Amino acid sequence: MTPTIAVRNLWKVFGPRPDRVVGSPLADLPRAELRARTGCLAAVRDVSFEVARNEVFVVMGLSGSGKSTLVRCLTRLIEPTSGEIEIDGEAVRAMSAKRLRDLRRHRVAMVFQHFGLLPHRSVLDNAAYGLEIQGVSRADRYRKAAEVLELVGLTGHEQQLPEELSGGMQQRVGLARALATDPEVLLFDEPFSALDPLIRRDMQAEVRRLHAEVGKTMVFITHDLAEALTLGDRIAVLRDGELVQVGTPEELVGAPADGYVEDFVRDVPRADVLTLRWIMRPAVDGEEYEDTPLPQDTVIRDAVPRVLRAARPILVTDGDQRVGVVDAERLLPALLGHRRQVPA
Amino acid sequence: MTAVLAKPAPPRERNGRNPRGPWSRRKEPLTRRTVMGLSVVATVVAYLIFRTAAAADAPDAAAFRLFGDVRDWVDDNRDTHPLFLYGINYLRLGVRVLVEGIQAGLTGLGLPGLVAVAGAVAFVLGGWRPALLAVAGFLGFGFLGLWPESVDTLALTLTAVLLAVLIGVPIGVLAARVGWFGAALRPVLDVMQILPTFAYLAPMTLLFLIGSPAAVVATLIYAVPVTIRITELGIAGVAPSAVEAATAQGSTARQLLTKVRLPMARPTLVLAVNQTIMMALSMVVVTALIDAPGLGVNILRALERVNVGAAFDAGLAIVLMAIVLDRVTTAAARRQRRDWRLAVPVLAAAALIAALPIPGDLPTVSFAKPVNDLTGWLELHWYDGTEWLKNTVSAVLLNPLENLLVTTPWWLFVLAVLVFGLLLAGWRAAVVAALAAAGLSGLGLYQHAMQTLATVLVATALTMLIGIAAGVLCARNDRLAAVARPVLDAAQTMPSFVYLLPAVALFGASRFTAIVAAVIFAVPPVVRLVERGIRDVPPTVVEAALSAGSTPGQLLWKVQLPMARGGLLLAANQGIVMVLAMVVVGGLVGAGALGYDVVAGFSQREDFGRGLSAGFAIVLLGVLLDRLTQGFNRTKGPSR
Amino acid sequence: MRKLLPAVLASVLLAGCGGATSDAGGSTPSAGSKGTVKLAINPWVGYEANAAVVGYLLEHELGYTVEKKNLKEEISWQGFETGEVDAVLENWGHDDLKKTYIEEKKTAVDAGPTGNTGTIGWYVPQWLADEHPDITDGANLNKYADLFKTSESGGKGQLLDGDPSYVTNDEALVSNLKLNYKVVYSGSEAALIKAAQQATAQKKPLLFYFYEPQWLFAKEKYARVKLPAYTAGCDADPKKVACDYPDYKLDKVVSKKFADSGGAAYQLIKNFTWTNDDQNLVSDYLTNQGMDADKAAEKWVKEHESTWKPWIPAGS
Repeated sequence: MTPTIAVRNLWKVFGPRPDRVVGSPLADLPRAELRARTGCLAAVRDVSFEVARNEVFVVMGLSGSGKSTLVRCLTRLIEPTSGEIEIDGEAVRAMSAKRLRDLRRHRVAMVFQHFGLLPHRSVLDNAAYGLEIQGVSRADRYRKAAEVLELVGLTGHEQQLPEELSGGMQQRVGLARALATDPEVLLFDEPFSALDPLIRRDMQAEVRRLHAEVGKTMVFITHDLAEALTLGDRIAVLRDGELVQVGTPEELVGAPADGYVEDFVRDVPRADVLTLRWIMRPAVDGEEYEDTPLPQDTVIRDAVPRVLRAARPILVTDGDQRVGVVDAERLLPALLGHRRQVPA
Repeated sequence: MTAVLAKPAPPRERNGRNPRGPWSRRKEPLTRRTVMGLSVVATVVAYLIFRTAAAADAPDAAAFRLFGDVRDWVDDNRDTHPLFLYGINYLRLGVRVLVEGIQAGLTGLGLPGLVAVAGAVAFVLGGWRPALLAVAGFLGFGFLGLWPESVDTLALTLTAVLLAVLIGVPIGVLAARVGWFGAALRPVLDVMQILPTFAYLAPMTLLFLIGSPAAVVATLIYAVPVTIRITELGIAGVAPSAVEAATAQGSTARQLLTKVRLPMARPTLVLAVNQTIMMALSMVVVTALIDAPGLGVNILRALERVNVGAAFDAGLAIVLMAIVLDRVTTAAARRQRRDWRLAVPVLAAAALIAALPIPGDLPTVSFAKPVNDLTGWLELHWYDGTEWLKNTVSAVLLNPLENLLVTTPWWLFVLAVLVFGLLLAGWRAAVVAALAAAGLSGLGLYQHAMQTLATVLVATALTMLIGIAAGVLCARNDRLAAVARPVLDAAQTMPSFVYLLPAVALFGASRFTAIVAAVIFAVPPVVRLVERGIRDVPPTVVEAALSAGSTPGQLLWKVQLPMARGGLLLAANQGIVMVLAMVVVGGLVGAGALGYDVVAGFSQREDFGRGLSAGFAIVLLGVLLDRLTQGFNRTKGPSR
Repeated sequence: MRKLLPAVLASVLLAGCGGATSDAGGSTPSAGSKGTVKLAINPWVGYEANAAVVGYLLEHELGYTVEKKNLKEEISWQGFETGEVDAVLENWGHDDLKKTYIEEKKTAVDAGPTGNTGTIGWYVPQWLADEHPDITDGANLNKYADLFKTSESGGKGQLLDGDPSYVTNDEALVSNLKLNYKVVYSGSEAALIKAAQQATAQKKPLLFYFYEPQWLFAKEKYARVKLPAYTAGCDADPKKVACDYPDYKLDKVVSKKFADSGGAAYQLIKNFTWTNDDQNLVSDYLTNQGMDADKAAEKWVKEHESTWKPWIPAGS
């Protein structure tokens, strides 16, 4: 099956005559040196990845790592310098302006950090904007907009202006606007980082719920590791424009590719992310086990009560196959020992 | 990922944010839209039933007689009544002494001396760049062969500015410090600022007769609101923390003013001087109509002879003066510290040059001939085109609108202003505007006011059309904007009078000429405001609209223009006030109506009352238009 | 100007004792010594011709300094009062002003005729009169109103007037003669002439206010439209005028002060008198030969010594 999004060797260089950088020795220079030598900033460097249908793909990195540039390159809100982007197998970079507009209108929608709502339009009109510019009739677009507003829990607020809503509710409007055109792909550019922590958690739950209800392929940009871990099927870590590691949350936490990622994940409560697979040991001959085994993709924290209550080790299975054993001895380090103390 | 299938929690974040912020224009409730629709229908029906035959204004309204009587009284008592003997005549004398003193001083320096002194002063105030500009500009007066006229204009301007600063700064400080005073002053300044230059002239000649003193007083009154406004702004804008700190150290109120508030407001005060100079310069040129000497006389004479070339030279001199004065004062405002060590020798050198008997004869250059040749060529080859344009605009826009307005009975006009004012601009603006509308017929000049209004509306529509188009282009094209900026700068420092010339050259004497001049005059600020409005649209919103697949056109119509609404309305407000000023001046070149009445008023004795009435009518028209557009802006404007 | 300052200051001090009158601080024409003569320049070229020649003679024959002030007619008269103006060199009637300033205020004095006869009237281009011979009768004007329609005349015929300051009864005439016309002001003599020339050159119908002496009549033909004949006093009430304009004996007016102490300059102005042809000649120099006032006057003065010699007062 073709991946919904495929990105190969994508470069984005800002500055004077950016094309000379890619494919030349300049490309190998570290960012700072490149900047000093040419005045160019390589925001995205040779990035390749694929996103499968209905996958939630999180791109994570600190500010300035190029993640916002990367997501804007996908629909050419920022024109890439080189590389290939395919959406459903169609080369985005080869699209005409009209074809590109069709892509943005029907297939890919985006949610922005600062919402980007139109302050002079009602919530309903904001949600219907995408349909309006496609030329959908008023009645149809209002019906559809009302539906998505209900989906994000804004029924009753249709006639208000964005300014009258709180930040979280405004972002729900942003979400509704993106959903209204029924796109295959949703792009999120740090959508919740401007919100209060409590509301952020609500909104994350909202995204999870929507994903469950409507499917959709999602690319989600964040600098918040907890958010990445909660939402992402897979996470890409970006540093200075380069991909450092792409993997599932537990791969990242369990096997950081380098010191950078390790630094990132070191405060993560491992028990919440890692599954039994990461702590099981091989079975020892002659051992006696509990009657009911645990599947290997059980998150450690969920296994704690059983393991601790059990008198004997518990078998870990992958389907019908026994793949290992956990006991309290294996469990405790994951619960306690991996949280390095940060000097106060 | 575990799905949370529960329906979303009811959004809990209905926190205490202002539920109806400044953007809060809910979808207008149906009732309101109905009222609007009904009002439109009612107005149309009332018009159809009650429309009049547009009888010309009576030649002899009560107001004219009243003003005529006032004039006769003043004439009879000018040399006997104590108000004149001990008041106004002294004022006139004092101003005259001041003007002639300054003028004698400037003339006495001679051309080389004045150039040197101007350069030195510019150097001390602003640095070497403005100094070079000042030297070049002042030499330019000599090269254009307009040295004495330029000095006259400069003298009048400086006198008026000096007085405006002496009067305006203390008032501004007071307005900023004393709440009720500032509040009481504000509406007065509002009205003063929308008065077209022309409206001042007749009352000035009545009190001060013709000549320089009347010109200086008119200029002073025209320019002083700006001085007061900006001073007030500067003083009010001083950081409270600095005042608090100084108070904590035991400063007296006086020390607070002289050591904290005034020094901290210095850049704003210099800006106030800058703006005062610009206003004064444009007014001084107009006062040529009441026998003030200077470059305005050249322009006026050129207008009378339809000699565009001669006017071009004088216009160029005015532009040079405006640019020099503007750049020097702007540089002075930016400059924080001056190098006095260099200043002393530079000033001394200038004084030396002034003292030396250097001959001031320069070869003169005149653009009159090439400009006249060009004008002649245009007249010959563009005649059909310009004529067609003039006739089309007149026939399609101007005449129908004028016809509609003049055949509307005055009471219906007042009623319509009131009703639509209420619906669109709020009750306060509506009442003021309606009173102004009623005043127009009270003055006996309803017909002429409606004719002027028609011209103003057409000119404003064209101004907005062109201004918005150009503003949008500039906002979308950085390179164009970079080219346009200095042009707009220069255009905005130019006095209004200058703009009559190209219009007259192309279109002869007609209302359309006034429209063209008004459009040229008012477009630059509109372009500015529109460009800024569009550029101020947050980039996220633009990005969001683009990512939804908006075409450039959709982006403009559905996002950028609606969001730049505040800027557009402000532009409309500014545009309409500027257009009014210019249309009235257009009375000089065949635009007729109120502007003509004013001109006739101080050139025909029997028309004096009518002229003065027309002056007041212009004021009322200005108030009406300003209140409506501004009220609209305030009630519906965005928060930014 | 520097000489002026002490004089002004002195008058301020003087005035300080007993209130200031409206002419306080105004410079006095320097009698005796060759001083400055301030000539008002009204906005039509015939007037400028007078001023050019008089100014030239004052400067070159009598040694005065001449200051020319571009002023409308009414404002020039106000200038007598304030001391801004010494002389008006071509006055068209203005009986109301004479009454106010000469009889009542006594700030101005009649300085005799200029020798020019002034006529004011309504004119059409000759070709139009040839096409429609009856158009020159004012009674038939309504029949031809459509011919004269323009963008400015609001569906009526257009009657093109000049500068708002000119002597004119046209608005009253149009309404009192019940003409279906609208008076449109071109704003200046130059605009009026330009329109007239265009009307001739391009065969565009035009009805316009015009006057003699006027150089244009020597170049192109225009026919006068007859209005009900002038009778003495028929224009007494400016609002009720329904008759044609009278012939004006153009004259000169000077300020009282100048008459009293103007010396030779006043004498010259008083003596100045010439014919319409003289004036038209100088006007033509000014308008069509591209000469400035000085050059035009110089040329005329060179060629017409016998005309101006008698103006120069004896003993100067």
